[in-house]
Amino acid sequence: MELSPRASFDRDLAELQEEIITLSSMVEKAISKSVDALSSRNVKVSQEVIAQDDLIDNKRHEIEDKCIALIARQQPLAGDLRQIVAFLHITVDLERMGDYAEGIGKIGLLMDEQPMIQPLINIPKMCELATDMLRRSLEALIKRDVTIAQQVYDDDDTVDNLYDQIYHELILIMVKDPKTIERATFLIWAAHDLERVADRATNIAEQVMYLVTGKTP
Amino acid sequence: MTGSDTILSVKNLNVHYGEFKALKNVSLDFTRNKVTALIGPSGCGKSTLLKCLNRMNDLVPEAKVEGEITFENQDIYEAGIDPAQVRLHIGMVFQKPNPFPKTIFNNVAFGLKLNGFKGDIEEVVETSLRQAALWDEVKDRLHKSAMTLSGGQQQRLCIARTLAVEPQVILMDEPASALDPIGTIAIENLMRDLADKYSIVVVTHNMQQAARVSDYTAFLMMDDDRAGYLVESGETDVIFQNPQDERTEAYITGRFG
Repeated sequence: MELSPRASFDRDLAELQEEIITLSSMVEKAISKSVDALSSRNVKVSQEVIAQDDLIDNKRHEIEDKCIALIARQQPLAGDLRQIVAFLHITVDLERMGDYAEGIGKIGLLMDEQPMIQPLINIPKMCELATDMLRRSLEALIKRDVTIAQQVYDDDDTVDNLYDQIYHELILIMVKDPKTIERATFLIWAAHDLERVADRATNIAEQVMYLVTGKTP
Repeated sequence: MTGSDTILSVKNLNVHYGEFKALKNVSLDFTRNKVTALIGPSGCGKSTLLKCLNRMNDLVPEAKVEGEITFENQDIYEAGIDPAQVRLHIGMVFQKPNPFPKTIFNNVAFGLKLNGFKGDIEEVVETSLRQAALWDEVKDRLHKSAMTLSGGQQQRLCIARTLAVEPQVILMDEPASALDPIGTIAIENLMRDLADKYSIVVVTHNMQQAARVSDYTAFLMMDDDRAGYLVESGETDVIFQNPQDERTEAYITGRFG
């Protein structure tokens, strides 16, 4: 019963997961860098984030092609099927997170010469929470751990609340001083991008639950 | 109780061939107008189970069948039941196409003549060949030998021969394993079409085939004593996407067997 006539298939699946882990670390770096660049007003770094999004896009397509080739060659069933389906979804989620990093990079460029409204505190905090969710969603994937996935899923509320808080603060600032409207709007966009990053991490957590249990919450 | 969802019901089935126990405690219902696939490693007893469903095991010396198998709530092993009558209701198609060395027409008409059919034989032959998706290919050579047909066509001819006597259930033992991919697809399509009118039970080694053609799947395994038993059965979508038993998972993903 321990015979494994499918060693090469198992190896291909393990390699796919490694590539997803690589993609996720590319994306995580891009998100952190985009927010650092925005806080420190470093246009050069914002430009880097924007340029590097192509690498993330390419990696996504590479992983997708491999998933499709595996489906065609192995015609996977049961746990194998769920694994490849989850990999495909997770890859798309990661690539979209990369797009949010690129979006924040573009906001960095738009803000370029303009003075700060106030030092950024909550946006970096949101970034930390969202990237932590991303890291833990990948940990859940690697360990096939539904409990970790469920925690990530639950943590999305914290990020949503922080987004609401940032949103209302910035609206107040705009009301008090209409000269800040453009800059405050940019910051709302950045916060919104981070809120979406957390949503995508939640999607990954859902895919882990599907992979392990066959059910999504 | 005609009209219920279950057409065939197996309860606590135990089968011995002499000293050897081939199946133990199998209980399984087969749903009307659906395709049920029996899967499992070689020697797990799935063909034995199939053969019990229309008393083909009566032909095997030393086979002993215990338990209950009902067709439309009638125990088919009850004393006084004629196995030949059972097989009129529950037909079988085998792994290797086995047409008789007769004409195409007479292959299909064979069962009708044997049973003293009084109606329009030509009409039944045409209908059966049409249902078996073979009519267009053979209508101009009905009186040529069945041996001139390709393997895939011969298998569809055997299906037509089974359909001619109007069974309610068709048992198929690896019906496409001797065929090429085109012949296989033709048989699989046919099974889907036939499920509108018939209840089908198919034994297959091909997981993708079971996934493609069946509505329900039952997975059998054998124990250390080599007796076959049922591990898990249910909707095919569940069995092939999210089986509940890890032995099912291991088998259908090729981790053993």
